[in-house]
Amino acid sequence: MEKKTYTVSIYTENNIGLLNRISAIFQRRHINVESLSASESEIDDVFRWTLVVQVTESQIKKIIGQIERQIEVIKAYYHTDEETIFTESALFKIKSDLLFEERKIQNIIKDSHARIVTVNKQFFVLEKSGMRSEIELLYRELKPFGIMQFVRSGRIAVTKSEMPISQLLKELSKEDEYAFAKA
Amino acid sequence: METKKIIHTETRKQTITGSEAIIHCLLAEGVDLIYGYPGGAIMPMYDELYKFQDKLQHVLTRHEQGATHAAQGYARATGKVGVAVATSGPGATNLITGIADAQIDSTPMICITGQVASHLLGSDAFQETDIIGISTPVTKWNYQITKASEIPEVLAKAFYIARSGRPGPVLIDITKDAQFGELDYEYKECTHIRSYKPVPEVKEEALEAAAQLINTAKKPMIVWGQGVILGEAEEAFKTFVEKTGIPSAWTILGVSALETDHPLNVGMVGMHGNYAPNVLTNECDLLIAIGMRFDDRVTGSLDTYAKQAKIIHFEIDPAEVNKNVMVDVAVLGNCKESLSKILSKVSPNVHTDWHQQFKDLYQVEYTKIIQHDLVPNKEGLSMGEVLDGINKETQGNAIIVSDVGQHQMVACRYAKFNQTKSNITSGGLGTMGFALPAAIGAKMGRPDREVVAIIGDGGYQMTIQELGTIFQNKVPVKIVVLNNEFLGMVRQWQQLFFDKRYASTEMVNPDFVAIAKGYHIQAQKVTKREELAGAIKEMIACTDSYFLEVCVEKEDNVFPMIPSGASVSDIRLE
Repeated sequence: MEKKTYTVSIYTENNIGLLNRISAIFQRRHINVESLSASESEIDDVFRWTLVVQVTESQIKKIIGQIERQIEVIKAYYHTDEETIFTESALFKIKSDLLFEERKIQNIIKDSHARIVTVNKQFFVLEKSGMRSEIELLYRELKPFGIMQFVRSGRIAVTKSEMPISQLLKELSKEDEYAFAKA
Repeated sequence: METKKIIHTETRKQTITGSEAIIHCLLAEGVDLIYGYPGGAIMPMYDELYKFQDKLQHVLTRHEQGATHAAQGYARATGKVGVAVATSGPGATNLITGIADAQIDSTPMICITGQVASHLLGSDAFQETDIIGISTPVTKWNYQITKASEIPEVLAKAFYIARSGRPGPVLIDITKDAQFGELDYEYKECTHIRSYKPVPEVKEEALEAAAQLINTAKKPMIVWGQGVILGEAEEAFKTFVEKTGIPSAWTILGVSALETDHPLNVGMVGMHGNYAPNVLTNECDLLIAIGMRFDDRVTGSLDTYAKQAKIIHFEIDPAEVNKNVMVDVAVLGNCKESLSKILSKVSPNVHTDWHQQFKDLYQVEYTKIIQHDLVPNKEGLSMGEVLDGINKETQGNAIIVSDVGQHQMVACRYAKFNQTKSNITSGGLGTMGFALPAAIGAKMGRPDREVVAIIGDGGYQMTIQELGTIFQNKVPVKIVVLNNEFLGMVRQWQQLFFDKRYASTEMVNPDFVAIAKGYHIQAQKVTKREELAGAIKEMIACTDSYFLEVCVEKEDNVFPMIPSGASVSDIRLE
């Protein structure tokens, strides 16, 4: 079976140690996690993790099963690139003199729709969000002028289809109320 | 696996220390026996154990690994949660083998570890180790408590997680300051966690689809595993088997769920299992897996495993479905519930001709292997005849605790069982050294039952120090060491697959009888056939602990055998 890029979205409780538990699932299977980001989700008190891995479909199904087994994981999903809207964000730190002396740089910035975050006498910082290919293009274009620092974030993604997680959580909180009423 | 709980009376709010709260929580969960080993970071808890010794018995093992295996043995024999306690650092790391064993064999166990004070975390303090990080991949859940006030809620959660759904080990690490700290104690049993669904609902459509396949199958076969025991589904399972008349085979963790002599019990599957169920796995038209996980030691090569058959999987853990073997129908849920519900949907059958195939192949195995194992025609004693002798004395009523290796396979193949929760062995992890401490836990959990540990001379020496625990606590277990002066299973593989290069498998052994006697345990050594029956009789008749060493043939092999990576139907008889 062919390996593909999958975006894994995991909804969890916010607990210390969960990162370890989730990364161990990949590590055990000798799978490299290409990117990872964690943040709050659309639901109060629920965290959302986004991971990108290159695996086969049969592998990803089993991995999702193992992730969902973890006590503090509420739900996990996997999606292909076609099924998601995804983006990454990058920061470029560049010497300030270049901005004024190299006219070409100004054009590159303008064409790339990158945003200047800050400028001071020593350096300026460019921020670019978008597809990996757009960020890589900008990187290639700026490289000859000298990049002082470069960093790119992990992928964040939302799905084109609806995530049934909100419904699930509503049901869970109903169960909570039920359990509470019983107790 | 819900067990009845004795609700401890002292649940009203009161200010107590964290360590006292731990004891109250254990009592509230119905715990009356724990295994462990003290040390610096867990001393506040031990101080409370001292005060509560009339209500909560603590058994000092001779190594923390022994504490985990004893807790496992207790859990496997009773169905209750086993508890092991250790200090931080090396005490905690010594638990890991037992925790990993409990994880892979789905054994409910709580491990409580002491930890350095919270302000020292991460400072490489004396006996500090990141036990949460270390135990994460081998626990069902773990948690570090740094405040006394967290103790009741976290321990309630720990017990709920350990015993519910597919059981497993939970480790709770408690810093020393949390043990010393005070809290307003109030205990509430945990019955629900938002993100955790232990038992999936049994779906009517799945039952219908499964029943349809069962009712139309001409050559159906059941393979059941420990899920039947963990789900307390023995009665429902037996009724289902008897109504459908389907030949039923077992994995080594499932074995005692249905008595050995039941006419529909066709023996053991897997690498050293019986000939008929292995061969016929590749001839059946329907394979019904119940509470088992298609371990590679059961399936052999997956490329050739039951490819001709439709497969139904009764399973509590959704992650096990389609993990190793793709199935046609998955019946998720507790098998006690699903088997009870499917009963009215399946038609009675006898499958006479199909059973005859099992009987014919049993005869082949009997002639080639079993009769020689049980009644050898050579001078040296066989492991099989020792098991046969034990069967004769115990009448299949004993709990057999086996270690790992040749003797384990022989014990699983030949031990007779009349009742459930009777075969305690390290299945998934294959942990040598498991049996002696596990037998302690089994006997203390079920003092009404005879407990016989069957151990090889290799594994015995991995946890031999637990003889001290047996002696100090007067645990009347029976210990049988089958001594072939080899790490027998590895030697067998070296003989068959490494051209008899016996690399580091021959053992020069000590005087085992003298060692047992050093611990004031009655001991005997048997080298001749004519001494065997009498020695076993004496051992079983003994009301104290008893050690029996049987010197067996040095280079016997366990057959049948599915060579690693071969198909179940390529099982070798020699």
